[in-house]
Amino acid sequence: MATVEELKLRVRELENELIKCKQQQHNCAVEDAHSQALYRPKIDKMSAEVVDSNPYSRLMALKRMGIVDDYEKIRTFTVAVVGVGGVGSVTAEMLTRCGIGKLLLFDYDKVELANMNRLFFQPHQAGLSKVEAAEHTLRNINPDVSFETHNYNITTMDNFTHFMDRISHGGLEEGKPVDLILSCVDNFEARMAINTACNELGQIWMESGVSENAVSGHIQLIIPGETACFACAPPLVVAANIDEKTLKKDGVCAASLPTTMGVVAGILVQNVLKYLLKFGSVSYYLGYNAMQDFFPTMTMKPNPQCNDRYCRVQQEEYKKKEAEQPKVEVVQEEEEIVHENNEWGIELVSEVTDKELEAASGTVPDLPEGITVAYTIPAEDPVGGEIVEETERSLEDLMAQMKKM
Amino acid sequence: MADESARRAVSQIPLLKTHAGPRDRALWPQRLKEEYQSLIRSVEQNKHEDNDWFRLESNPDGTRWTGTCWFIHELLRYEFRLEFDIPVTYPDTAPEVAVPELDGKTAKMYRGGRICLTDHFKPLWARNAPRFGLAHLMALGLAPWLAVEIPDLISKGHVVHRERPREEAQ
Repeated sequence: MATVEELKLRVRELENELIKCKQQQHNCAVEDAHSQALYRPKIDKMSAEVVDSNPYSRLMALKRMGIVDDYEKIRTFTVAVVGVGGVGSVTAEMLTRCGIGKLLLFDYDKVELANMNRLFFQPHQAGLSKVEAAEHTLRNINPDVSFETHNYNITTMDNFTHFMDRISHGGLEEGKPVDLILSCVDNFEARMAINTACNELGQIWMESGVSENAVSGHIQLIIPGETACFACAPPLVVAANIDEKTLKKDGVCAASLPTTMGVVAGILVQNVLKYLLKFGSVSYYLGYNAMQDFFPTMTMKPNPQCNDRYCRVQQEEYKKKEAEQPKVEVVQEEEEIVHENNEWGIELVSEVTDKELEAASGTVPDLPEGITVAYTIPAEDPVGGEIVEETERSLEDLMAQMKKM
Repeated sequence: MADESARRAVSQIPLLKTHAGPRDRALWPQRLKEEYQSLIRSVEQNKHEDNDWFRLESNPDGTRWTGTCWFIHELLRYEFRLEFDIPVTYPDTAPEVAVPELDGKTAKMYRGGRICLTDHFKPLWARNAPRFGLAHLMALGLAPWLAVEIPDLISKGHVVHRERPREEAQ
C-alpha cells in the first residue's frame, strides 16, 4: 500500500509533468504564429530608413557612405548560378540577402549527408534536389527575389539547348538575357559547356573553383572576345606549393573545406557586386592560395588560336569595336632592373629542362607568380599513328556490326 | 606523360579525324562512324589478344552510350554495366564514364557512379583531342580504373561474384 507521503509525491510529479505539457503546447502555438510572421511580406521599394524591421537598411547605407551610387539597381539584375554546391549555394545566399532581382539556379544533384561539411544545406534536406532545397531556404530569407530552378545536367544535348535558351531569355523581364552567369561547378566538362554557351551568346560570366585538395581556389571574369575564355589556355591552377610527392590521393577523389569554399564564394560575389553596381575595381582573375595566404591576380588576353570557334568570332567583333573607339594613348614605362654589381656571378637558371620547354612551347601563357596551368599542350602532334580508314559503310551498318560482336 | 603500357594501348587503336561534337549536325554522323570503326577495331584486337573486356552501343544519334565491361579476377569473371552521355563539348572534353552498380562502394567515384580518373587522363585526353575517341576512353580511362579498383573491391567484399554467395566469399 502506498503511504500518504508517497501519494503526495506522485501528485507533485504529475503536476510537474502537466506544466511541462502545457508549456510545450504553448510553445507550439507561439511557433505557429511565429512561422507566419517569418514569411515577411514582399517589399516594393528598398528603403534606406534605419529601423530594425528594414532588411535593406545596412545595404542602403552603402550609398550614404559613398561606396555605391545606386544600390537599388541590384533589384534590376538577373544572375544565373550554375552548380549549387559548396560555392554555388553560398553564392546564391549572398546574392539573395543582397536583394538581387532574379536568380536562376541550375544543378542536377541531390543534397547528401556527405555535403554537411559545407555551408548552407541542412541534414533534414538530404534527398531533396539541391535547387529545390535552395529555393525553399532562399525564398524564406528574402521573398523579394524571383527564383527559377532547373534540376538537370547542362552538359547533355537536350539540357544544353534549354540552358542556352534560359540564359538568353530568362531575365527578370522574360525574354531578356540574364546579366551574368556564375560558374560554381566542380568539373571541367560543365565549365567547358558554360564556356561554349557564353562564347556563342556573347554572354559575360564569372568562373570560380576550388582545388580538389581544398587549399586553393580562384575566380575569373570572362568577357567573350575581350578576355581569355575558358578554352583559350589549359586550365589555370593556383600553385599551392605542395610537393606532389607528399600529396596522397589514394582512395579519394576530392577533399573540401567550408572555409575555402566560403572564401571563394565571398570573393566571387564581391566581384559580382562590384561589376553590377560599378564600384571599386573588378578583378579579371583572383587566385587564393590558402597554404600561404597569397592572392595572385592577373588579366589574360584571348588566344587568337583558341579551339572554340565562337571565341575567335567574338575576338574579331571586339577588335572591330575597339577600332571604332577613339584612341587613347597609353604610355607604358618599363623599369629595367639593374643590379649594380654581381661579383659572384649569380644568374637565374631555369628549373625546367629544354625538353619540357619544348613540349610546352607556344602554349604556356605568360602567368604571374603563383598561377600556373594544369598541364601543357604540345604545339605539334604528340602521337603519330594509324588513323581510321575511309569507309563506304553506313553508320547503321557499323552499329549493327558492333552490336553483333 | 603516359607510361609504356598506355602508349602501347594507344598505338593499337585507330585515331579519329573528324573534329565534331553532337551539336555539329553536319559532321557528327561522320565522327560517329569513325567512333564505331575505331571501337570495332579495338574490340577485334582485344579478342585477338584474348583480352576481350567491353561492349558498347549507342542510341541512334550517338549521344547516349551503354554497355558492359568485365574483369577477370582469380579465374572468375565479374561483369558490370556501364553508361555515359556524350557531352556537348565532346571531343574537347571526354565523357564521364559511369559504373552505376559500384556507386557508393568506392571513394574513387563521383556521384552517380562516375569513375574518378587519374591525374594523367585529362591532360592526355586534352593533348590528343580531337583524335582520341571512345575506344581510347575505354583503354586509357576505364581499363586502368578497373585494374586498380576491382581487385580492391573484391578483397574488401564489396564486390561478390554472382555465383558465389557472400558467406562463401568471406
